[in-house]
Amino acid sequence: MRYLPLSPTDRSAMLGVIGAATIDDLFVDVPHAARRDQPVDLPFHQGELEVERALSAMAGRNRTAGQGPFFCGAGAYRHHVPATVDHIIQRSEFLTSYTPYQPEIAQGTLQYLFEFQTQVAALTGMDVANASMYDGSTATAEAVMMAARVTRRGKAVLSGGLHPHYARTVETLAKVAGVEVQRLDGAIDGEAAVLDAIDAGTACVVVQTPNLFGTVTDVTAIAAAAQAKGALLIVVVTEIVSLGLLKSPGEMGADIVVAEGQSIGNALNFGGPYVGLFAAREKYVRQMPGRLCGETVDADGRRGFVLTLSTREQHIRRDKATSNICTNSGLCALAFTIHMSLLGEVGLRKLAAINHAKARDLRDGLMTVPGVEILTERFFNEIAIRVPTDAAALVETLAGQGILAGVPVSRLSPKGGMDDVLLLCATETTTSSDIAALVAAFKGAF
Amino acid sequence: MSMNSVGRPTQPAPVATLPVAIAATLGGGRGLLQDEGLIFERDGWDSSGVDLPEPSHDASDLGDLVRTAPIGLPGLSEPEAMRHYVRLSQKNHAIDLALYPLGSCTMKHNPRLNEKMARLPGFADVHPLQPQSTVQGALELMDQLAHWLMTLTGMSAVAMSPKAGAHGELCGLLAIRAAHVARGDARKRVLVPTSAHGTNPATAAFVGYAVEEIAQTADGRVDIADLAAKLGPDVAAIMVTNPNTCGLFERDVIQIAELVHAAGAYFYCDGANFNAIVGRVRPGDLGVDAMHINLHKTFSTPHGGGGPGSGPVVLSAALAPFAPTPFVVKRGEAYELVEYREGEAAKAFGRLCAFHGQMGMYVRALSYMLSHGADGLKQAAEDAVLNANYIKARLSGVMSAAFEGPCMHEALFDDHWLEGTGITTLDFAKAMIDEGFHPMTMYFPLVVHGAMLIEPTETESKAELDRFCDVLLLLADAAKAGDVERFKGAPFHAPLRRLDETLAARKPRLRWRSELSMGVAAE
Amino acid sequence: MFFTKDHEWIKVDGDVATVGITAYAAEQLGDVVFVEVPDLGKVLAVGDSLAVVESVKAASDVYTPVSGEVIEANGDLAASPETVNADPEGAGWFAKVKIADPSQLEGLMDRAAYDAFLASL
Repeated sequence: MRYLPLSPTDRSAMLGVIGAATIDDLFVDVPHAARRDQPVDLPFHQGELEVERALSAMAGRNRTAGQGPFFCGAGAYRHHVPATVDHIIQRSEFLTSYTPYQPEIAQGTLQYLFEFQTQVAALTGMDVANASMYDGSTATAEAVMMAARVTRRGKAVLSGGLHPHYARTVETLAKVAGVEVQRLDGAIDGEAAVLDAIDAGTACVVVQTPNLFGTVTDVTAIAAAAQAKGALLIVVVTEIVSLGLLKSPGEMGADIVVAEGQSIGNALNFGGPYVGLFAAREKYVRQMPGRLCGETVDADGRRGFVLTLSTREQHIRRDKATSNICTNSGLCALAFTIHMSLLGEVGLRKLAAINHAKARDLRDGLMTVPGVEILTERFFNEIAIRVPTDAAALVETLAGQGILAGVPVSRLSPKGGMDDVLLLCATETTTSSDIAALVAAFKGAF
Repeated sequence: MSMNSVGRPTQPAPVATLPVAIAATLGGGRGLLQDEGLIFERDGWDSSGVDLPEPSHDASDLGDLVRTAPIGLPGLSEPEAMRHYVRLSQKNHAIDLALYPLGSCTMKHNPRLNEKMARLPGFADVHPLQPQSTVQGALELMDQLAHWLMTLTGMSAVAMSPKAGAHGELCGLLAIRAAHVARGDARKRVLVPTSAHGTNPATAAFVGYAVEEIAQTADGRVDIADLAAKLGPDVAAIMVTNPNTCGLFERDVIQIAELVHAAGAYFYCDGANFNAIVGRVRPGDLGVDAMHINLHKTFSTPHGGGGPGSGPVVLSAALAPFAPTPFVVKRGEAYELVEYREGEAAKAFGRLCAFHGQMGMYVRALSYMLSHGADGLKQAAEDAVLNANYIKARLSGVMSAAFEGPCMHEALFDDHWLEGTGITTLDFAKAMIDEGFHPMTMYFPLVVHGAMLIEPTETESKAELDRFCDVLLLLADAAKAGDVERFKGAPFHAPLRRLDETLAARKPRLRWRSELSMGVAAE
Repeated sequence: MFFTKDHEWIKVDGDVATVGITAYAAEQLGDVVFVEVPDLGKVLAVGDSLAVVESVKAASDVYTPVSGEVIEANGDLAASPETVNADPEGAGWFAKVKIADPSQLEGLMDRAAYDAFLASL
């Protein structure tokens, strides 16, 4: 078997050294009731050729985003990733290395994490960022937990523009942590509605910009209102490319910024693995979850990097940890930082500008379709429209025509009363013929 | 014949004995090892390694929402970026380079076929919220993987969405909590052996349980008498790792399960050590109710310098109704991703994260499973156990094994054998770095003094195991012979030596700032 | 000065107790990197966690030997946690507690008893 180097001769020799007659002697502690004569009921081993055939067949039964006009967003975005990124992350020293607990032989990992943390802090306009979380949704839930710890209050207000999956993830964790969650109703331009919900018991308000419906909001007033009542403002960003064009949450007064980093460096991958970004004000650093990489010197005075402030983490604090998190999203964070380094500020600004321009083209095209109502006024690269029919059925019909026409809100909120609302996204990968095809298909559909 | 008599010497001139410390070079580089500063320390941030067309519109429609202040992000051309990251990569140890004997981490070879499969556009270029009719192949893969996981473990259901092992523990405990609540019997305590990994009590405490420890017997197993004494009607669950963190199979596991169930509690199993028994023993046959499986351990998905992981949780029939959404069901020939539940929804605890889980890791894991098959997986577990016992046999004459008898896939030593040498487990580990090996897991489990936990996995050849043992025996001899310098100052051959973690924690510097950084700036 | 088996020391001045950790504890802990001191006004029962002292690899609770209200906390430790290593039984104090029940002092060890206790470990 190609992955198992031991030969039968090796095995006998080793059993001899151990002093066991057979391998079964080493499994002597397994209770008899659990011993099996037969291998489990699954196919036997296969060569690469057969495995490739089986998996390629499965892959072939999926319609890819690249096969035709594609407009899905709603928390996962299709961007072009330079060839260099995937090449570098597949280097043995990055792909097959372990968590950098032995810093002397992990400076590669630690240095890129330090660079990643700096990039994330700069992008979000915050003081400090961690070495990544699993994804944007769990980062959001962790931020709410952190706000509860910092303020010692038990209520969280979630805006109506927060991605429903994120809201539900927060609810799951909040329920056990004893944090009461108030979820405002879905609204196209509803971030400011949180202002009425803040009181002396509020630990945090969670606002997303651009929100689920694509609306961009200036959260400065929300930050001030929250902080006036001693609550924290958590800003969620699901499309990180937007920060190449829009004012950063830090500039607008956020206390914690959480984001999904998938758009930079990482493919759609049917939902995972992604990379959560987490940034906060300096004063909250010891309450932050997740791994942190810090600068230091070695015994010979040379600059180096180490994981630090570990006492927050599970392996030290055990039942008093700030979170039970063990892994960050290592390789996805590496992909993010490589892509961001290749873009640079100049490239990121241009990329963001192109995304916005494409979305304007999309909006302009959709405006020519009778029956379509553009709902989002201020957007980055995603808009919500109202269609004169069931949006999910429409999407299904267009899929049959080879067009992936966005995400119906009902897919995320089946009871939200928005069955006729559709979310569409355009990125630098969207062409004018894609938009023309979509427009023609809509016109043909109703 | 005419001959070219002007040639270069082909044998090196003899030199005086090399000093122990590597002679300093003038510019900071050392042979193949380049020194490399931060991307922020370069001059000229305005490069870019990405060519983009001009946007067709400006952003004037967004007015004041537009970011005008500089962001602070340097850009690199492609050649510069490649150099930067390749230079960084040279400072990392990796499984592709040499053994990582890290206990409970299962650092096995990462098959490259898995990487190729994960990158098939049919898996990589697919959006999670496309209509389900357009992603039947992806749902089929998830269903297949679920089938393999359930069959290997003998369990009724599997929650696929947890993003890592610790996330899986959270899922398992939330399911257990939901099950108790559904019976109107919310409980307060969770029992955890003293040898447990830190994520176990951290997760239990987070879910709101009081954590109580169960003692360990002299032979490294759960103390059944202590367990029985601590069980009661307010215990929600026990969290046990099996094989345990001392590398030993809990021979009384079935009795443990019976005691726990009799008290109306559930048996959570931490599946970190599943590699020892996969294909040979099914946790379902041992009475386990929930077990997370680290796909990045047993099923070879790459560690990637710290992630991403994936931690699906297999569940017994009793806990199956309490799994989170979403999950895949097969209806006739079609696959459906169930994202919401009515009525029953009161039972389930909800959603753990956005979208559907770590699809990229599922592809890799299934590729691994299809490659190994039932026979290969069983052989892998056996070779893993054989390799660990071989190391134990070769080293036990010199190093003190913590427990008698055969181990499973990892061998645990304590630091008794270093007594009187002045050398600690940490010092020994740093000297291993000089010899080309990543240190083993140190100071874990906490129940053994100066613990050294060695897990080779099945993908190590006998030659590599012998090389490893030979080196460790030489180091052990040196330690006992009083060669203290070699250990106290190690590692001398790594890019850096003994970093100051106290300074990093007292004066945290977690990002680059434009003032000078610490110490001697890298060349 | 009195001592507990958990290596806290307590200095009493009237009805105010100053609490810290002993030199032995500081040495065991290694380099102290952070101390989480209690909030003023916090009311503690004997045995409650008064402070948390962190080294790089460990975090330990410091338990209050007496019940009472926290009336002062050592603010210098935020900037200079190393003081706990340099002068654990002096400048490295954690907090001052207003003693609610003086009888709780009776069970504590004096210096000689604590030294004997250390020798037995």
